[in-house]
Amino acid sequence: MELDPDDVFRDEDEDPENDFFQEKEASKEFVVYLIDASPKMFSSTCHSEEEDKQESHFHIAVSCIAQSLKSHIINRSNDEIAICFFNTREKKNLQDLNGVYVFNVPERECIDRPTARLIKEFDLIEESFDKDIGSQTGIVSDSRENSLYSALWVAQALLRKGSSKTADKRMFLFTNEDDPFGNMRISVKEDMTRTTLQRAKDAQDLGISIELLPLSQPDKQFNITLFYKDLIGLNSDELTEFMPSVGQKLEDMKDQLKKRVLAKRIAKRITFMICDGLSIELNGYALLRPAIPGSITWLDSTTNLPVKVERSYICTDTGAIMQGPIQRIQPYKNQNVMFTVEELSQVKKVSTGHLRLLGFKPLNCLKDYHNLKPSTFLYPSDKEVIGSTRAFIALHRSMIQLQRFAVAFCGGTTPPRLVALVAQEEIESDGGQVEPPGINMIYLPYANDIRDVEELHSKPGVAAPRPSDDQLKKASALMRRLELKDFSVCQFANPALQRHYAMLQAIALDENELRETRDETLPDEEGMNRPAVVKAIEQFKQSIYGDDPDEESDTGAKDKSRKRKAGNADDVKYDYIELAKTGKLKDLTVVELKTYLTANNLPVGGKKEVLINRILTHIGK
Amino acid sequence: MARNREGLVLLIDVGPAMHSVLPDVEKACSLLLQKKLIYNKYDEVGIVVFGTEETGNELAREIGGYEHVKVLRNIRVVDEVVAEHVKQLPRGTVAGDFLDAVIVGMDMLIKMYSGGQKGKKRMCLITNAACPTKDPFEGTKDDQVSTIATKMAAEGIKMESIVMRSNLIGDAHEKVIEENDHLLNLFSSNAIAKTVNVESPLSLLGSLKTRRVAPVTLFRGDLEINPTMKIKVWVYKKVAEERLPTLQLYSDKAPPTDKFAKHEVKIDYDYKVTAESTQVIAPEERVKGFRYGPQVIPISPDEIETLKFKTDKGMKLLGFTEASNILRHYYMKDVNIVVPDPSKEKSVLAVSAIAREMKETNKVAIVRCVWRNGQGNVVVGVLTPNVSERNDTPDSFYFNVLPFAEDVREFPFPSFNKLPSSWKPDEQQQAVADNLVKMLDLAPSAKEEVLLPDLTPNPVLQRFYEYLELKSRSTDAALPPMDETFKRIMEQDPELSSNNKSIMDAFRASFEVKENPKLKKASKRLLRDKPSGSDDEDNRMITYDANENKIDVVGDVNPIQDFEAMISRRDNHDWATKAITQMKNRIVKLVENCTDEGDKALECVLALRKGCVLEQEPKQFNEFLNHLFELCQERKLSHFLKHFTSKKITLIPKSEAPDSDVVDENAGDYFTVKPEPMLES
Repeated sequence: MELDPDDVFRDEDEDPENDFFQEKEASKEFVVYLIDASPKMFSSTCHSEEEDKQESHFHIAVSCIAQSLKSHIINRSNDEIAICFFNTREKKNLQDLNGVYVFNVPERECIDRPTARLIKEFDLIEESFDKDIGSQTGIVSDSRENSLYSALWVAQALLRKGSSKTADKRMFLFTNEDDPFGNMRISVKEDMTRTTLQRAKDAQDLGISIELLPLSQPDKQFNITLFYKDLIGLNSDELTEFMPSVGQKLEDMKDQLKKRVLAKRIAKRITFMICDGLSIELNGYALLRPAIPGSITWLDSTTNLPVKVERSYICTDTGAIMQGPIQRIQPYKNQNVMFTVEELSQVKKVSTGHLRLLGFKPLNCLKDYHNLKPSTFLYPSDKEVIGSTRAFIALHRSMIQLQRFAVAFCGGTTPPRLVALVAQEEIESDGGQVEPPGINMIYLPYANDIRDVEELHSKPGVAAPRPSDDQLKKASALMRRLELKDFSVCQFANPALQRHYAMLQAIALDENELRETRDETLPDEEGMNRPAVVKAIEQFKQSIYGDDPDEESDTGAKDKSRKRKAGNADDVKYDYIELAKTGKLKDLTVVELKTYLTANNLPVGGKKEVLINRILTHIGK
Repeated sequence: MARNREGLVLLIDVGPAMHSVLPDVEKACSLLLQKKLIYNKYDEVGIVVFGTEETGNELAREIGGYEHVKVLRNIRVVDEVVAEHVKQLPRGTVAGDFLDAVIVGMDMLIKMYSGGQKGKKRMCLITNAACPTKDPFEGTKDDQVSTIATKMAAEGIKMESIVMRSNLIGDAHEKVIEENDHLLNLFSSNAIAKTVNVESPLSLLGSLKTRRVAPVTLFRGDLEINPTMKIKVWVYKKVAEERLPTLQLYSDKAPPTDKFAKHEVKIDYDYKVTAESTQVIAPEERVKGFRYGPQVIPISPDEIETLKFKTDKGMKLLGFTEASNILRHYYMKDVNIVVPDPSKEKSVLAVSAIAREMKETNKVAIVRCVWRNGQGNVVVGVLTPNVSERNDTPDSFYFNVLPFAEDVREFPFPSFNKLPSSWKPDEQQQAVADNLVKMLDLAPSAKEEVLLPDLTPNPVLQRFYEYLELKSRSTDAALPPMDETFKRIMEQDPELSSNNKSIMDAFRASFEVKENPKLKKASKRLLRDKPSGSDDEDNRMITYDANENKIDVVGDVNPIQDFEAMISRRDNHDWATKAITQMKNRIVKLVENCTDEGDKALECVLALRKGCVLEQEPKQFNEFLNHLFELCQERKLSHFLKHFTSKKITLIPKSEAPDSDVVDENAGDYFTVKPEPMLES
């Protein structure tokens, strides 16, 4: 890949200076992973399906976090995270509380963006854990030590960073102890339960959400009702659904798609003129844009310091460095017509930057080839012009109802284009929004952007072969067999991008192996080999190609032309053998020589002498 | 003629019925020739006009007949002259016979390129095909056309007919038109010929393919259903954006005396570790770095090469799915077309069978493609059927790229149902909107569809080439205003709007919008910078010549708008003066008849002041204001004077218009000092 991916994938719509319009939504996350490190976490095991061996709960929790971090650093590398063990022998925290150990690496604050080093060392935590941190139950009834309480306190203190308005703050709590104060005296238990719950409530009141990831014993399920339902504040309805969803949650944390998450922002603000004297306000969003592996920073290969690029324009005649905007020329009619940069930009500016409604057409007027680049999503805004949303919704509903789309002219700085405005109804599934309600703006090509390829393949007066009813029937059977179940657009991860991230991770973390990335875009081999499918394909093939085992057999024009050429060879009544014998081949033209070569399936390249020699060799055989 | 060159004969109907559209024909043809001069400068062009008084063609000389067909230019390499030529087509006097012209054109091409010369031969017929054709000496017209078409096909001559059908008069010609359409159709079925019917000058400009691009396949290989069943296909681009030509950089540094100066500019890149350092790193000493969290991780080219995703060329079918599963807005790029390998009849059949069945059952195919070996990535896309209407064209598929999971940005948007009801339309409003969507119709029937992308020219390119032509004649030529024809794609069709005026009015009335009053001034974007009282400033295309507004009088309904439109007319400087004079009269009238229209008069005065500042005509305004002041005093219109004071309307001082004689401090003087006008000159 010689091309700078940033250039290749650059988003034309997005104006980097538009950061100003970035919406004020939580764009950043602060996460504290709280991991129970009590001896029970090490002694309890689960059966791992993948590796067919017993894994401790501690291992499950740690590897889950490690996986999650590796996705996090790519997807949302601005998020800040902290890792905190409780029920530890050693202590390390600002509050100097017993039994709580905040894991960190140099060059990093306790809660900070994840770094390669953090991930690397965390990957090895299990080896060094016993030596450096140690496991020790920290809830001791006599000493009134309560490590869970302390852990929540430390986590809350860590999450004091950042404003809750601009950031989401979360704690993930991994434990397999469903009743932390179970073997306490009843009075102590009540007291500890009360204070711990109060601690959690305080945190929640500060806008911190606490998520519990309980780990169950093989023989005994984690009993959420004993204590934790109050801590995370579940009501009875949610209670029944909570435990079954836990497994999925863990999987989700591990198996996140590596995908850079971008902040929602308005790509452009649009004035939509419906008719004279009525304009409404819309925001345009780039919801679909080719994802890029992140920008490339060029580094000096010896020092690994970033390199600055300086571009200079040099006059080839004098060697002088050109300053300021440079004139452009277009050779035309034996002269160089000169344009200033200003003039060129004036040429492109044919209209105001507004979106102007021209009229409506039925949806079937929008052809599959009427496309140029990714669409832009439009959603109304009443921020500046009150009434915009109402007019937008009305048009939106009408267009869906009448199955029509609007044709509009979109001016502005990017080349002005005709656009199709296609209304999209909201689609929801499982409570999530699959398609937001709004209008998609599809950029239409101009006449000269469309190429008439079909014409090129027409043979005037010669009917193109058309399938028989039987062939159509076989095609139909084939299509039914090869129906993709539950297909949804964008279900595939981009294999090249995933590979790139895997490579980046391997190199950044000095991993020995590249994480396997699966290419989901390959055909489903198993499905394709099902007997019914194979049979349907076979029958279709049979109906088209007949019994002819050689499906490649040429029957079309190319073949004919070859035959014709061969025929020509017969027509030309030269006796090549006679000519060769008498040494008169050189009297023939190159074209005539080639006729012989073509007729005998010999290569036709080379100079005349080479051709003659080739013919002589051939005759000699 | 080399293989990739084209010999083109333009056959242009210049008969009386065509006169009204000839200016547009001239435009379209000159654009075609201009582009040839830039992109295909070895192409050869001949021009034939028919419907002329005189006759001038070889066939007429050799065998007689073929009257009123005139060869303006024999087939020759394109040059400056020919571009001029088509700009001044003669206006003919008789109804031309397009068949005669076609034969003359074909004869020219055959004579020119006989003897197996390679290259493309093309004729382009532009006519309204509304005039009767002559009967042949023997046989029927059908026979004659079939013979010509077969000959064309045999000679490899393509024909494109652009039939202009906007200004037909009466139905007397109906029969003739029907017959001519039939004849043109005959061409299409016997030769590579196509007919495009255009109804407006805009689509006329769009119908002529002005840029000739040699089609290149992107891919030739197998469309693999499974490893045992493969269909041979070729893939081309169906849509590709035509851009402005790439202009070279020009250096004017060389001394004017240097006759050998190349005036070229070289772009140099220097790589430095820090901006200050003078040490430059060689390009090969650099290494790519990628962000990983806060750090940048260097990855050497070798590592990239060994670890990168590797692909094998090919198209693999993943399966079929309902067409409704693929929403239209998921199409990510320009469109390709997948055509069966023309030499493999069985592949043509296989594609056709699948395409027809897909169309029948509303299915689409999902495929995974790698166009070239070693391509850095795969694309997943959708094949949709392109079932041919023409008998002799094989069926094919369109291919559109679909997004990957990473390409989707899942931003939630509020559901419309959840918005406050004040933001939603009520039933009556919905009905009004329905009506608008129904009635503002651009495609009353398939034949009458307007603004087809396939027939819509690119306004920027049109303008650039026009400008280029002007500049080639005079270096400091001004940028021409946007061509009137293009108004059709930038604004609503006035005819359509006026036919639906009541609907538009109802819509406007039902959906009132207003500026959000809570917003701070500075952040207002939509409605700012609006001139006083003019509501439709936004609607006016700024680069249009104000000519189009055709406002030549300051009326009394919208005096301010009229004035602003008039004063900005650039076709003649007089308009500004006229506008100012008329506005003054209007104001005087308003003041004289003044009842409660004092406000309006005042607004007019403000508009006039603004206009005079813009036009740098301070004297005109200052004198007038003094005059108005006197008038008010004379007529004892004291309330109007009060208005003046309260609105602080001042003379135009030097700081606003250097020509003014009024110094800034005195700008407000006219009403403070009473009887005598302060400033004369």
